[in-house]
Amino acid sequence: MSETAQSPIASDERIKEMSGFRKALIRPELGGICGTIIVFVFFLLTAFDSGMFNPQGIMNWSVVSAQFMIIAVGACLLMIAGEFDLSVGSMIGFAGMMIAIFSVTLDWPVWLAIITTFIICISIGALNGFIVIRTGLPSFIVTLAFLFILRGFTIYLPQTIERKTIIGGIADVAQGDWLAPIFGGTILKGFFQWLGDNGLIETFERGTRAGQPVVDGIPMLIVWALLLVVFGHILLTRTKFGNWIFAAGGDAQAARYVGVPVNRVKILMFMFTAFCACVFATAQVMEFGSAGADRGLLKEFEAIIAVVIGGALLTGGYGSVIGAALGALIFGVVQQGLFFAGVESSLFRVFLGVLLLLAVILNTYIRRMITGER
Amino acid sequence: MKKLLKKLGVALALAATPMMVATASAEGEQYVLVSHAPDSDTWWNVIKNGIALAGEQMGVEVEYRNPPTGDIADMARIIEQATAAGPNGIITTLADFDVLQGPIKDAVASGIDVIIMNTGTPEQAREVGALMYVGQPEYDAGLAAGQRAKADGVTSFLCVNHAIQQPTVGERCRGFADGLEVDLGDSMLDSGTDPSEVKNKVLAYLSANPDTDAILTLGPVSADPTIQALEENGMAGEIYFGTFDLGDEIVKAIKSGVINWGIDQQPFLQAYLPVVVMSNYHRYGVLPGNNINSGPGFVTADALELVEQHAGEYR
Repeated sequence: MSETAQSPIASDERIKEMSGFRKALIRPELGGICGTIIVFVFFLLTAFDSGMFNPQGIMNWSVVSAQFMIIAVGACLLMIAGEFDLSVGSMIGFAGMMIAIFSVTLDWPVWLAIITTFIICISIGALNGFIVIRTGLPSFIVTLAFLFILRGFTIYLPQTIERKTIIGGIADVAQGDWLAPIFGGTILKGFFQWLGDNGLIETFERGTRAGQPVVDGIPMLIVWALLLVVFGHILLTRTKFGNWIFAAGGDAQAARYVGVPVNRVKILMFMFTAFCACVFATAQVMEFGSAGADRGLLKEFEAIIAVVIGGALLTGGYGSVIGAALGALIFGVVQQGLFFAGVESSLFRVFLGVLLLLAVILNTYIRRMITGER
Repeated sequence: MKKLLKKLGVALALAATPMMVATASAEGEQYVLVSHAPDSDTWWNVIKNGIALAGEQMGVEVEYRNPPTGDIADMARIIEQATAAGPNGIITTLADFDVLQGPIKDAVASGIDVIIMNTGTPEQAREVGALMYVGQPEYDAGLAAGQRAKADGVTSFLCVNHAIQQPTVGERCRGFADGLEVDLGDSMLDSGTDPSEVKNKVLAYLSANPDTDAILTLGPVSADPTIQALEENGMAGEIYFGTFDLGDEIVKAIKSGVINWGIDQQPFLQAYLPVVVMSNYHRYGVLPGNNINSGPGFVTADALELVEQHAGEYR
């Protein structure tokens, strides 16, 4: 938004007078904030005693929300820049498989496997962007093609090399690696052990982990999610580049006339989306120790849904990273919360559809208020 | 704006009503069954019927949960969620040992009893600390099927795999190849799950490899379209056709001679027995000493009536 560019002068005759209440209403995050409050109140009422708000339960929906957040930040910035990336889900599967093939099959050190995979993925993101810019085709179609291409490779490569579609054993080769814990580790272990020792959180009752706290730390996944949200928010609202993103998505031609390097902005955003997908994949592979050909199915839509719930417009030029993060939080809490509330799991999609519809209706209403169209 | 929010609130409150009913009726033990199957896999309907019947008979509450897209990493989160909710027991498949062992071990360590059903092996079940394994060892079932086909004179085959992302299902093809004592090679076809796609891929494979002796399908998802494909190219009843699992169309095809045999892993038992075993374990402390093999059982045209009556429901 252009709020940051506002001059410090108290009143500027070029800026329309607007009441503070109305200003608050037209923030893109508004839908996300309302939604978050509604969702939490709802589950506090229906599922409070189900374990959803004990340490394990909170960790469960936080991790799921963090996963959505990581891909939503990338998708959000790209959508504000006016483009889509439907290859995110396939990219997640592909990146995970690349790490597995490099580290397990080819015996590379894990840090090298991770860095190489990041380079490959970001290059594919750049290729996506380059094709969209050069051909002028809708990004919807170009990235749809990559959805199939990447998924195909993710199934074909391990099938050909290892004769199976899940490659395991990454946890073993990642032992002692310096880069792996940055994606798959946990922090604040000592603090949680202290909480467990002092009876503030429950500890395991039996087995080899008896006495350890049920939640042994904050997973790096959550740290990554928060870092990316903060980075995305600052980039979007506090920098020149952020204004370029809005401009490129709002009206690309007009932006070019005023000297915004629209092509560069869009390609960089495709690369950033690929980077986010790769972070997601690496964290998943390092946590679970295996890569499977089915990882990340439909994640591209989940990312887009989170962004839309968070108030971004599908047409570009409008949206917020904080909104997308709240959208991801709502999505994660609803998804896991329905399980806690004991709802038949096949109804999940019904809830998802209703949620999406309500969010879009709300956001359309907000947009009409801004543009004044009826 | 406010009106809209009000409406939102009303809608959510309405949506909440059936939920309250669902959570409030807990009387007996609470169990959760977690599967790896996507929503689209109809085979799991039998499992749902199995736990519903067992729950009713034993007076316990059993919930069914699955990752909507079949993503195993999402399944791990569901097991973590179930652990946090603290039921008396969790019954789960072990579709990917690397991914699921952590969450399952955590569940066991927090005092929840676990039974592994359907996919996985007895060894893996022991390693994660589960009470027992109930299911059909996949490779062995494939091997038995392969040996049977070899005795019937089969030398080459096509394996239609609709779940290529799932390694345990692929073991059936490998077992079948080993039973036939032929190399698996390119005989395994990644068919996808869309019926017309499966059908066309099978048709294409058979016209490219007309000397294929036998077809093995891995479940109704691949078997039903394959039956249609064979009827279309005239090879129905001509080619040797075996399948895993049963369903309406498969039973019909066995009856009409299109399918030579179906391997029933008896999913009903995989769902029903863990609930019964677990309730008795929790009430009286009794537990069978062994794992339970629910299959394989070969279903042929003889004695098909009972199977036909319950196919897709309890068979």
